[in-house]
Amino acid sequence: MTVANAILQGIFLGAFYAVLACGLSLMFGVMRIINLAHGDIAVFGAYVVLVVVQSTGLSPLLAFLVALPAMIALGYVLQLTVLQRALKGGILTPLLATFGLSIVIQNLLLLQFSPDVHSLGASAGALTTESWNLFGSITIPALGLVVLAVAVVVFGALHLFLSRTRPGWRMRATAEDPDAAELIGIDSRNVYATATAIAVAIAGLGGLFLAIRSVFDPVSGPTQLIFAFEAVVIGGMGSLWGTLMGGLALGVAQTLGAQLNPEYAVLSGHLLFLAVLILRFGGVRLARFGARA
Amino acid sequence: MTVRRWTRTSKLFTGGTGVVALLLAIVPLVFGPDIVQKTTTLLILILLAAMWNALAGYGGLLSVGQQAFIGLGAYGTVFFAGLDIPPYLAMVLALVVAGSLSIPISLFALRLRAAQFAIGMWVIAEVASIAVRLDQNLGAGTGISLSQLYQYDPNYRQAYTFWLALAFTVVFLAAIFFLLRSPLGASLQAIRDDEDAARSLGVRVAARKRLLFVLAGFGCAAAGVLIVANTLFIEPGSVFSVQWSAYMIFMVLVGGLGTFEGPILGAILLFAIQTTFTQGGPWYLVGLGATAALFALVLPRGLWGTIEERLGLRLLPVGYQVVEKKK
Repeated sequence: MTVANAILQGIFLGAFYAVLACGLSLMFGVMRIINLAHGDIAVFGAYVVLVVVQSTGLSPLLAFLVALPAMIALGYVLQLTVLQRALKGGILTPLLATFGLSIVIQNLLLLQFSPDVHSLGASAGALTTESWNLFGSITIPALGLVVLAVAVVVFGALHLFLSRTRPGWRMRATAEDPDAAELIGIDSRNVYATATAIAVAIAGLGGLFLAIRSVFDPVSGPTQLIFAFEAVVIGGMGSLWGTLMGGLALGVAQTLGAQLNPEYAVLSGHLLFLAVLILRFGGVRLARFGARA
Repeated sequence: MTVRRWTRTSKLFTGGTGVVALLLAIVPLVFGPDIVQKTTTLLILILLAAMWNALAGYGGLLSVGQQAFIGLGAYGTVFFAGLDIPPYLAMVLALVVAGSLSIPISLFALRLRAAQFAIGMWVIAEVASIAVRLDQNLGAGTGISLSQLYQYDPNYRQAYTFWLALAFTVVFLAAIFFLLRSPLGASLQAIRDDEDAARSLGVRVAARKRLLFVLAGFGCAAAGVLIVANTLFIEPGSVFSVQWSAYMIFMVLVGGLGTFEGPILGAILLFAIQTTFTQGGPWYLVGLGATAALFALVLPRGLWGTIEERLGLRLLPVGYQVVEKKK
């Protein structure tokens, strides 16, 4: 039963990784670039929520809604200033530029907020403390359920956006072939900016969950980036639902590893990631249905 | 029209570089331990920049995980020294063992593309770091000192470490220099300019990339060995830190990606910045990150690449130039 419980906790943890990874996966799907500052943007989102909570006393979830426009605007600005230019360079340019950006964000956060560790766990109140017991040994934390539900809603909404709406079609067309899409009158700059804005907003959501479920500091970003990227690769690069599955698989690997020894948690996630890379160099596609994003 | 490799400037400069290397050898005899230690740091930076440039500049392989080899070289030294092997022999052993690990790693890492390779290498570095943290004998997360070096008089120790750093740097830089000038080097530069075109001309791209990856593995392991010899204390949090990758990227991007002289220039610049802003701190890192990103976006060939392009200047010639024949 402890193993069953570990798997369940892994799914809750994995849903968090899936939310972190969602934007990374979307940007890769649409622009074929990996944003190495993705984790730092998530942490930036956590700080924005922290500031809103501290200045208004709102609950973190409501504070996130206040922070959301700022994150969307940040996504647009990021695309129009840095990424659009990086896309014109070679295959390495977006990686180099976003790696530089990652260092800038971390250290600006350090300047503004000091190296102190913060958490929004306490401000989230009952959400973090409430949990239910099943059969004695299985625990269902309220926060885990909420994160899982939000993850399913986010991925579902993105899927519907890409498969049912006109902007979504434009995004898929640009992802398939930007030049052909331009020919039929799609402005790729606009599409890319929308994709990055969505990605940054969802990264902010990941940052919110990070802040509620544990602690964060200005240099938490790189670790979040690694987890997010592992989720994307485990699920198969270029598949949105694969990213959700990849996040869950990563979470389960970490909690099962922690069953052996708490110090093995992160290590077993890394080993799963490397194993997937070794088995299928392009990444295993755990799931691939519906929209290619 | 004629094809030339050497010009008067490049002959003078290459000779001058050799003289500088020889002159550097007497630094420990002339200057105090403070300057010797700082110059050692500069040599380590030059070595690291040259290795990262070999990977990214010529192989098109952007690694964010070369700190794996730095850390393994450093911890390998502590490990072998702990087995009662004389410390300087332990350094050579650690270099060979940590460097050789690049061969099995290359078997799968080189199949990865762009971001997969970059972050895949980073995860390998993280795994190595966790493995060290799990080992109590290596000081776990709190770090360990290379106490076996305390048996030497500090002045001699500093001098030995400096000479080792000079030897490693000269050997690895010379290796790249002569590699790039050999027929093999022509194919490497072809890969740098256009990988697909090079492949279609029959260049064995995969084998060439492996060569660069292993060379960079050994070079970064050598840097790791020098770091522990220079600072005498290491901890997994710093020696396996992604900050090393940030420094390497800064030096190479600012100096000039894919040029031989550029990384050396970049290393000297970073060293100058580090010695000026000794407090370091966040603003200094904001500057480094922003500069690296700006160079990637605006001046992708870096300072040296731009100088080369504008002035047609070659100081350490690894390529050929086409020039008008003089009457």
